[in-house]
Amino acid sequence: MSGQDDGRGAARSDERATVELTDVYRGFGEAWEREEILSDFSLTVNPGELTVVVGPSGCGKSTLVNLIAGFDKPDSGSISIDGRPITGPGHDRMVVFQETALIPWQTTYQNIVFGPKLRGDRRNDDIEAEANELLVKVGLAEFKEKFPIQLSGGMQRRAELARAMINHPLVMIMDEPFRGLDAMSRELMQEFFVRLFEEYRRTNLFVTSEIEEAIFLADRLVVLSNRPTTVRRIIDIELPRPRNLGMLSGAEAYEYKREAMELLHEEAMKSFKRDGAQDDFIRAMSGPAE
Amino acid sequence: MSEALQNPIGSDGAAAVTKAPRKRSKIEKALSSPSFWRGVAALVGFVVFWEVCSQMKGWTGIEVPWIGKVPPPSEVVAAWSEVIWLPGYWESWYLSTGRVFAGFLAAMVLGIPFGLSLAVNKYFHDIFFPPFEVLRPIPPLAWVPASIIFWPTTELSIAFVTFLGAFFTIVINVLGGARSIDIRYLRAAQSMGASQWHLFSRIVLPGTLPSIFTGAAVGMGITWEVVLAGEMISGGGQQGGGGLGFYIWSSYMGGTVAQVIVGMISIGIAGYLSSSLIRYIGSIAMPWRRLF
Repeated sequence: MSGQDDGRGAARSDERATVELTDVYRGFGEAWEREEILSDFSLTVNPGELTVVVGPSGCGKSTLVNLIAGFDKPDSGSISIDGRPITGPGHDRMVVFQETALIPWQTTYQNIVFGPKLRGDRRNDDIEAEANELLVKVGLAEFKEKFPIQLSGGMQRRAELARAMINHPLVMIMDEPFRGLDAMSRELMQEFFVRLFEEYRRTNLFVTSEIEEAIFLADRLVVLSNRPTTVRRIIDIELPRPRNLGMLSGAEAYEYKREAMELLHEEAMKSFKRDGAQDDFIRAMSGPAE
Repeated sequence: MSEALQNPIGSDGAAAVTKAPRKRSKIEKALSSPSFWRGVAALVGFVVFWEVCSQMKGWTGIEVPWIGKVPPPSEVVAAWSEVIWLPGYWESWYLSTGRVFAGFLAAMVLGIPFGLSLAVNKYFHDIFFPPFEVLRPIPPLAWVPASIIFWPTTELSIAFVTFLGAFFTIVINVLGGARSIDIRYLRAAQSMGASQWHLFSRIVLPGTLPSIFTGAAVGMGITWEVVLAGEMISGGGQQGGGGLGFYIWSSYMGGTVAQVIVGMISIGIAGYLSSSLIRYIGSIAMPWRRLF
């Protein structure tokens, strides 16, 4: 990944957006059985930083992603990107979804060029050149004519990263992107992703339920509370960059981990008391194993 | 997924791809696969069993229940080798196939857009789905008398009943298929700036293709069932007669049971060829599904 002529891929400062959520409220269901998911939720995602959000399972992390991506609207409160309110989906915010959302009937290459070609806002040779560059960067140059089903889990995630990056988003939103990968691929993807981030420095919101992943990646670690979800605490992770997985075994990382685990444990216990064990059982049965 | 695809993320980009062994032709592959030979053995075993059971009475005087009444395969083959030279037999093929494809194509042409409209437009769904659901459970054969009243010729009546047989199946499959498209594909496309038309043409339509072909394969089966029943009912009059259904019926009336079985097997072959054709077209239209 080195040897890149510097500056070419890195986000310019005007491509590093600030995302601001102020007093966001979102609930589902009719008034008499209203389930509050987010309540009084305020958070600022700083430009050029990797903000990682962790929270107990079912706390509304996906709702948060949907709101920022514009797939869903808050009941009250405001969400803005560089001061402009978010009204719907847009290519200034790219989501990398759980599992994979590569379009199965398009080849790796077609998936990557999909957005810019649809919009037609750039010249074709430009798009093609950048797509080929990204394919090399994510190590899929030889797989450009393959369909997603022919790629391994890790390759699919890398293709999806390339598909997001070609749109030059102001913000990358990662919704548990490495979920469902085996432990080995997951570690490789984390290292790959952190290198990519350190090179481009795009504003990044990364949602996960894995503490170690969170600490390894984050500039700021946002720990969420139980439902109705608010920000429980923000921990600044001051591990030096460039990061490597070895740092996770150091004393500093251990302290971060202990702190975050304590908070999450407290929150998880609340949910356990409120919902009873049955609810957790259903959740465990319906979601794929981590 | 094969080993070759589990290529780890190297800092050097993609690792070398192992070359797949030379592709063998389909026939070569079939001849060396045990499941092909198991299939052959089962068919041969079935024919031998049938022959023995049918001949049992002649050999030992004991009639095997049910199957003992059926003429043996050797007799069927003998009957077949006679009718194969008769233009009437091939005309039956031609007439039935024509009706099946007329009804089937009409059902595809009307059913696919109808099903897609139900899937993507709420108002269209609200208005047309309830009557559709009331008509759907009516078996195609129950439409025969009404169809005869509606349409001026018997030929059109048969085609209409055939059309109905495939139409409902195709619509339900298209609707279900379009509805079950992963919302993340639509969201990803929306994020990247897809218009309504793009969402439809790039996501909904290709995403529904597998269900369209499933519906077509099932619908094709039903049209063969319906067309034969229609032909048996319509008889061999001046217009709208003939066909394999009529062939079976008239053979039965004439007491030539071996020919009844010739007709039955002919339909089996015709149905198999039709669904093979659909599978073949499907594999061309959906290259991403050929790769398992």
